[in-house]
Amino acid sequence: MDESWRKAKAVFAALSAPPVIWLAVFFLAPLAIIWGYSFGNNKSLTEIAVDGTFANYIHAIKPLYMGIIFKSFGFALITTALCLVVGFPVAIALTFASQRSKAWLLLLIMLPFWTNLLIRTYALMAVLRTEGYINLILAFFYNALSRLTALTGHPLAAFQPLELLHNNFAVVFGLVYVQLPFMVLPLYAALDRLDRSLLEASLDLGAGHLTTFARVVIPLAVPGIISGVLVTLIPSVGAYLTPDLLGGPSSQMIANVIERQFKTANDWPFGAALSFLLMYMTFLALAVQAIVSRGRRGRREA
Amino acid sequence: MTDTPGPLEYLRRWPIRAWLVVVIVYLYAPLVTLMAFSFNASKRNIVWRGFTLDWYRAAFADQDLIVAFGNSLTIALISTVVSVALGALTALLLWRFRFPAKALLEGALGLPIVVPEICMGVAMLVFFTQVMPWPTSLAWPLNLGAIIISHISFSFSFVAIVIRGRLASFNRELEEAAKDLGAGEWRIFWDVLVPHMQPGLIAGALLAFTLSLDDFVITFFTSGPDTTTFPVKVYSMVRFSVTPEVNAASTILIVLTVALTAFALKISGGTVAAVEAGEGL
Repeated sequence: MDESWRKAKAVFAALSAPPVIWLAVFFLAPLAIIWGYSFGNNKSLTEIAVDGTFANYIHAIKPLYMGIIFKSFGFALITTALCLVVGFPVAIALTFASQRSKAWLLLLIMLPFWTNLLIRTYALMAVLRTEGYINLILAFFYNALSRLTALTGHPLAAFQPLELLHNNFAVVFGLVYVQLPFMVLPLYAALDRLDRSLLEASLDLGAGHLTTFARVVIPLAVPGIISGVLVTLIPSVGAYLTPDLLGGPSSQMIANVIERQFKTANDWPFGAALSFLLMYMTFLALAVQAIVSRGRRGRREA
Repeated sequence: MTDTPGPLEYLRRWPIRAWLVVVIVYLYAPLVTLMAFSFNASKRNIVWRGFTLDWYRAAFADQDLIVAFGNSLTIALISTVVSVALGALTALLLWRFRFPAKALLEGALGLPIVVPEICMGVAMLVFFTQVMPWPTSLAWPLNLGAIIISHISFSFSFVAIVIRGRLASFNRELEEAAKDLGAGEWRIFWDVLVPHMQPGLIAGALLAFTLSLDDFVITFFTSGPDTTTFPVKVYSMVRFSVTPEVNAASTILIVLTVALTAFALKISGGTVAAVEAGEGL
């Protein structure tokens, strides 16, 4: 392990050249170009001059776009909070399951994650439509209730289907649906490493399950919670498909605005600036995580 | 004797069980209804009107859809082979050597995993229109090159993580024994390292294949009118209307994915691979 590269230069070159070149040419270079464009402006339809202007970033912090960025963050935060609340008991169940049921449960949770994102979103459209399954079920119960009240001589007004699709609710519903497995896995990974005798000690000493959960399990699971929050939050902020298909005109997120700059509005420098704002926010979130986890490690060692 | 659950057997307590049932229904009900209604005789896609295979017939008769499906599989296959090769090299490099700027390289390799899809999508769009315009007149499957390259770029870091995880359990003494017995670098690589990496290679390949098959956003920006993939095609169908034909096409893809996952789990021994792949994220 950890051999110096000087000892086997030929092997080192053979191992490093293909991935490094691929990464530089087909990943870093495209990103660098977009970064450059974010400081440029449109000369003509096809020509973009990179002249170090900050105009695109200034354009991006106008209230209209700031509003959309805040909205994206709002949606992502609500989604993350919901995933955490919904996913935590699932992670607990996974952690304390027998070896056999654990494998099956993991598979059950992971399987939707392996199915195509577009198909999952499409499946939700069929559930949420005005003539979708939720409204169908609601109408069934409503009509049954209406028949009951009709017996007393006061029939209810006809059922009005709820507008569940093409609004903010649908976007958050869809984001939670898509992101939930991402939250459950890191939580489970953290809980699985937890020392069970601590929980037993807490229960033996008279704390109830809820107290043990709040004062022992949650504090010990913080690293898992942080990574779960990050892997849910980052893709949610930049989600494109969910707001595009499930959202309405007022629930567009930052990714939809970026797409429009590149595909229809043809303002690449502005789109590039918005993309990089999203990148900067991603890096900021990761940096915060690194600092928090380093602080925790430092405290434990002290 | 009453069978009360032990203090930590949370899975046997009813609130946790009820919660699990609700979550599983939430995750599966939309997919199961989608699949069920692909066999529904009614076009309105909501009330059951009897069993039919008409929508499958329609899906198989839809030439565009078949071509898109073939494109998706081809892209996924090529992208998987290259991603596994690049990922294995990366994993071996980071596992074996100490070199200047190692931390920098590790950081750069982490980028494809954390960069928002939309940013990578537009970056690839600009790269393949401005810097390296991909000729549109190439013969199939070369015309899919831009999409394949993009898919490799975002897949191989994931593969590298999975394989590196596997290499961590490698017993270095095996390598030394092989060296003592006169094996060269190449022999050690093929006869000692590759067999040890095999479960990681399979798990990585499965991950790369699914990532490629699943991708919509990045493909959306790199595909042209003649190079649609299955998700891009379904997207354009969904934008127009919700039809049982889309249900039928989706069902085929779901069944394919489930079959692939089952196959991979079988050969890589239980859920280990799935867990490794999942935790790599």
